[in-house]
Amino acid sequence: MALDLTTDIKITWCPGCPNSQILVAFRQAVEEFVSAGTMELHNIVAGAGVGCHGKISDYLEVNSFNSLHGRMVPSLTGIKLANPKLNVVGFSGDGDSFSEGFNHITHAARSNSDISIFLHNNQVFALTTGQATATSPKGFKGGTMPEGSINEPINPALIMLTMGATFIARTFASDIKKTKEIMKEAMLHKGFAFVEIIQPCITFFDTREYYKERVYWLDDKHKKSNLDSAFKVARMNTADKVPCGIIYQTSKPTFEELV
Amino acid sequence: MLRVETECSFIYMTDSNTNSTGTHLAIKTIAIGGAAGDGVREAGINFSELFTELGYKTFSSFDYPSLIRGGHNYARISYSVNTVYADYRELDVLIAVNAESVRVHQHSLRAGARVFVEEAYLPEIADLGIAVIPLPMKKIAEELKAPQVARTSSAFGAYGYTLGIPLNQLKALADKVYANVGSEMNVALVEKGYAHMKKMQYPQDECAIPTEHGIVGEVTDGNKAIAKGFLAAGLEAYVGYPMTPSTSTLQFLAKMSKKTGLKVVHPEDEIAVLNMALGMSYAGKRVAVGTANGGFALMQETFSLAGVSEIPIAILVSMRMGPATGVATHTSQGDLQFILHAGHGEFPRLVIAPGDVEECFECAADALNLAWKYQIPAVVLSDKHLSESYKSVTLDTKSKGPDYGKRAVPVGTHYVRYKITEDGVSPLAFPGKANVVVKVTSYEHNEEGEAVESAEEVQAMQDKRFRKLNGLYQDFAWFPTVKTYGDEWSDVVIVFWGSTKGAVLEAHKQLKTPAKLVQILWMEPFDADRVKAELNGARVIVDVEANHTAQLAALIREKTSIEIHNKVLKYDAQPFTPTDLANEINKFL
Repeated sequence: MALDLTTDIKITWCPGCPNSQILVAFRQAVEEFVSAGTMELHNIVAGAGVGCHGKISDYLEVNSFNSLHGRMVPSLTGIKLANPKLNVVGFSGDGDSFSEGFNHITHAARSNSDISIFLHNNQVFALTTGQATATSPKGFKGGTMPEGSINEPINPALIMLTMGATFIARTFASDIKKTKEIMKEAMLHKGFAFVEIIQPCITFFDTREYYKERVYWLDDKHKKSNLDSAFKVARMNTADKVPCGIIYQTSKPTFEELV
Repeated sequence: MLRVETECSFIYMTDSNTNSTGTHLAIKTIAIGGAAGDGVREAGINFSELFTELGYKTFSSFDYPSLIRGGHNYARISYSVNTVYADYRELDVLIAVNAESVRVHQHSLRAGARVFVEEAYLPEIADLGIAVIPLPMKKIAEELKAPQVARTSSAFGAYGYTLGIPLNQLKALADKVYANVGSEMNVALVEKGYAHMKKMQYPQDECAIPTEHGIVGEVTDGNKAIAKGFLAAGLEAYVGYPMTPSTSTLQFLAKMSKKTGLKVVHPEDEIAVLNMALGMSYAGKRVAVGTANGGFALMQETFSLAGVSEIPIAILVSMRMGPATGVATHTSQGDLQFILHAGHGEFPRLVIAPGDVEECFECAADALNLAWKYQIPAVVLSDKHLSESYKSVTLDTKSKGPDYGKRAVPVGTHYVRYKITEDGVSPLAFPGKANVVVKVTSYEHNEEGEAVESAEEVQAMQDKRFRKLNGLYQDFAWFPTVKTYGDEWSDVVIVFWGSTKGAVLEAHKQLKTPAKLVQILWMEPFDADRVKAELNGARVIVDVEANHTAQLAALIREKTSIEIHNKVLKYDAQPFTPTDLANEINKFL
């Protein structure tokens, strides 16, 4: 029996926006978990920040906490701490968690808070019509730096690895099946799970072709439990190749068990 | 109360109003001064406990700079057989651990004050021409191989000798009070201090100590009372970030977390503090948060989130002198208006300002309960002087219990988190219940918790939230929104709030004319009818507060149209002290 996770709210993402693919991947992940009896629907809580990604909260008939811009992460830790039976995930964006909310996502990774973060990385503040974020390339021409961004971008997967995240993965939104599988792995992971989802913004920074040429999937040769291999992969120069898949996974006591 | 065979005569506490004129003359004040690292604060707490054990009521404040070593620290303990509401600036006793202490307090010494000075520093203060009692605290500690930080214990023995209290009684007191930190060593220090004075043949008073009538339960401060108030109201979690003067609530609760299962978290910054707490509350835990005024400044957007998302939350905000980093370890009442208008956007909130340690307990319990009853943010507004001063009290911890508010039991119907109701309060459910979807959001929303922008939906939700105030207005009848003291029939009215209460109650004993004392506790919502009833018809009204812009007077005028012209305003980072305050108020009488 198919689960209906839709709400009455009309989707307002641009037609063709990869956010719609991420929504489908998550709904499928939840449907599979629930029908397999792995999780109860009422135990799932989905957080969202503010940005185009954040609208996902209105499109999911699931417990949700649509937080302030950049401030979703600590509220998810609070939710998990208050009721460890809940399966806590959060949808965020590169602006939401790597500009505004940097202090929170880094500390959550460090503390190994048992939550899963699905980061819609489109390398732009799209909802506010196209400014550079912490992950935008140098020279990116957006509203606040029309001559081109003067700053180097940061690498979310590398930051998460440095901060001690125990599950780090990267996926590409258009591959709904792989995205769904990685989401499921993240949700099953006990500890802080970070999934960077490359989500090209078709309106303000269309990188679909760029990434299609460069994305490749890590195979079994990659030792995801080995920190050195993980650093090598995370540090790769994305000008040539963009590795996707599970980059790192390990086990550590979680924040919520230790408090 | 310690019962020891004594030759002392007894002072009986009178049943009459302990606040009556003249009773301040029975109050004695001791100051202990030294540098940071000399154990001055601990000595102050110990002295207040020792005098409480002796049967006195005490009030102690602690003055310390924002550093770890050096500077000047002092503890000031006022004690009396009657309740002491505030410590006095004028000293009957000074225990100077270093020379600087004598210099700092020389103009506050009463005639005939007993000034115990560390013997080693006598030459440094010879130029002051003050009669002092040399006490070799350092040497005594060395001889007993006691840590230097405990050396002031010998001064208790020395002062006790001058009061004519028998040695066995002093030793018994020390044995009890120092039980957790090494009573044997401290008892020995007390004994040496006593022996030193005896050897000097220093004159002794006729011993007179209080009886055990009406002896109080403990000596504690505002921050601990607030913690106990939250606990009495069913606290399950506390989130905070260290910032003077709120830190001790966080650390007091952290200490009991392992034993009691209370979740206590200190996250990366104050923004995380409040967001994390809202997450916990959304998931069903009764949680409170604590911070200082500067930390609360960081929480503004999240406070606004609490308002729109209707997630219950209680917040301790303790003020220190601002602006910005300000005078970090000193007191102020400079943020009343800031707190009243906290968080962008308009939404109901509760702001209660306790005035003493007992009210800290009661108001904290009320704040947590009312936060849940109305699903609003509730602030307990304190300040350094109230949070950190110690007072002899008996907290009636059984007088407050948890009130869980309106819970949802949806059977067959589709649950919506923000159901529009007549009283504005929606039934509350938490994630994890089958067939119940709980959606909360920072956006303006419909009943489901989905973002909306239409005029009708926006207005409907704003109106719903503001309707909650009607319930709070009804609650005025059940809570002490305003309290009156002193001469209730008088046409002279002194109005005040927060920690200023103590100094006003003491100052009352030295006023030129009888006066009614009006304390405002509930700042928002404001009980305008009650305040009008207490202030209308007054011939003279004097507003007393520790800020520059007379913020309570402004609030009173806003809510009642009563304009107060006479103001005593103190904004030098120091608390009011009774005699100085009485002199200022008397100028208007």
